[in-house]
Amino acid sequence: MGDWQTPAGLKYAKSDEWFAVQGDTVTIGITDYAQDQLNDIVYVEFREEGESLDAGDSFGEVESVKAAAELYSAVPGEIVAVNAALEDEPEVVNADPFGAGWMVKIRADDLAPLEALMDAAAYDSYCQGR
Amino acid sequence: MATEELQPLIYDLGSPGRIGVNLPECDVPAASLPAELLRESLPLPEVGEVQVVRHFVKLSKLNYSIDQGLYPLGSCTMKYNPKINEDAARLPGFAQLHPLTDEDGCQGALYLMRELQTWLGEISGFKAVSLSPAAGAQGEFAGILMIRQYHLDRGDAQRDVILVPDSAHGTNPATVTMAGLNAHELPADSQGNVDLQALRAACEGDLRERIAGMMITVPSTLGLFESTILEVIDAVHAAGGLMYMDGANMNALMGVVKPGALGFDVMHYNLHKTFSTPHGGGGPGSGAVGVNARLAPYLPGPIVEIVEEEEGEEPPLYGFVMPEKSIGRLKAFHGNFGMHLRAYAYIRVYGDSGIRDVTRYAVLNANYLRARLMATYHLPYPRYCGHEFVLEGHIEGADAVHALDISKRLMDYGFHPPTNYFPLIVPEALLIEPTETEVKEDLDAFVAAMEAIAAEALREPETLLNAPHTAPVRRLDEVKAAKELVLCCAPALPR
Repeated sequence: MGDWQTPAGLKYAKSDEWFAVQGDTVTIGITDYAQDQLNDIVYVEFREEGESLDAGDSFGEVESVKAAAELYSAVPGEIVAVNAALEDEPEVVNADPFGAGWMVKIRADDLAPLEALMDAAAYDSYCQGR
Repeated sequence: MATEELQPLIYDLGSPGRIGVNLPECDVPAASLPAELLRESLPLPEVGEVQVVRHFVKLSKLNYSIDQGLYPLGSCTMKYNPKINEDAARLPGFAQLHPLTDEDGCQGALYLMRELQTWLGEISGFKAVSLSPAAGAQGEFAGILMIRQYHLDRGDAQRDVILVPDSAHGTNPATVTMAGLNAHELPADSQGNVDLQALRAACEGDLRERIAGMMITVPSTLGLFESTILEVIDAVHAAGGLMYMDGANMNALMGVVKPGALGFDVMHYNLHKTFSTPHGGGGPGSGAVGVNARLAPYLPGPIVEIVEEEEGEEPPLYGFVMPEKSIGRLKAFHGNFGMHLRAYAYIRVYGDSGIRDVTRYAVLNANYLRARLMATYHLPYPRYCGHEFVLEGHIEGADAVHALDISKRLMDYGFHPPTNYFPLIVPEALLIEPTETEVKEDLDAFVAAMEAIAAEALREPETLLNAPHTAPVRRLDEVKAAKELVLCCAPALPR
């Protein structure tokens, strides 16, 4: 359905979030494929800084002209930062999903769940087959 | 198709002192209201009658309706609304009836409501029907509240989970949440049916004791009959849950399949879809609910019953009754009675064999379009469909073109677009529902337009990306519309 970027070095979930690990902090956003499928994003909402998540919990939602979707964290931990700038300019997620379009940072209690996620090549072929 | 001119707001047409109506002298004493309730000014448009008429006639020419042509907006069932329905609804004995009229004074209306309850019960295979829900979503809400109350009465308060397939209308999980329960999503299998393994895992696993029921649309929102529906119903019943059928797609079943006979416990109808009452701005909806014997005591009320049997020459006396353990009222008065009238007229005109024909033609028309269009567009679930089907709005070799562009271009060809991007589980979904009244020539014209658009997508994609070319405002900015809501109809131009 068109070309999309899938940077190496990140972990990818079937629900189309990417996870970047730095120490025990995990930055989460949605993939280029996801933003392309969603089309123009018009609204984002995140849970608040300081809230705790279990693995698989929703950390917010994203809404486009096509659909609304929940956002899930594969790792348990505390939300230590949210990208509040996206609330006024959600289109940044479309323009730069892996950069300025990052969504939340989580101080992870456990990084093990990331092992089960896909690498870039596996996520790419997963998307090709959809 | 000629391009119509964009029209000014009626506020911009007026001139101070210009009037359209002379009101008679007030023949009752003027009431004195507290000063804080009085407005300083009331900026109404000051226009003459002919300006008002011309303004709205011009606006009506900007509109597109089923009375102009094919309206294949899948899931919405934009079927033709027969004009005899409108005749019935305008009979003065009905149209001028006040909702607070004593029951003695409105026996005709009560008779009609009772007949409609009976007929809807017959068509769905359910024991009892309430006409009071104002529209489909309220019918869903009523159904889930009844299921909830049923479990509470049995001491099963821990049953707080409703299973919902991932192809469901968004209203289904919203209904569950609004009723204070939790939605658990089930995936579809490769045939577009509910994934039976996932369903059984839910029904036999940790959730078993928490399952209150399942909401499912039949045929599904993919337009596909759930070919394992009996197994689905059995699995949920075995876990102690009740089955809710979303009747949004009843146009594929009416007169042919009875949901009650399949084993469903409760369903809602959309009278504004299946029974040809107007919708989409043409009038309020109506979301009658039908239930089997175990849920009958919980129906929202009031419903119409015979309160005194007939005796000799005396006809029976009809009256409003609250079911024994009713979840209560959902709406003031008695539901959208004008819609009950139209649905009654529709069923009465067709009769039982005609109702069956409606379904058969709806399914035939959809399958005809599906079979012809699958040569040009990808059909993700290659099965016979019900009353509607889903195509992928993507053309190999024209990657810049999306479903939305195809839909916008259809407007230039004189057709209302199909539903876009729903159901969510099909990428670039185009959900197409021709309804039963379209003739072969009109269906062929739609196919020709879709084929021409597919050819344009390869040859001149810009034509699609900039479509529509004939609408007065061209392509609408949907992002701006979603982000910058302007809901106030203030004068657009300074006086």
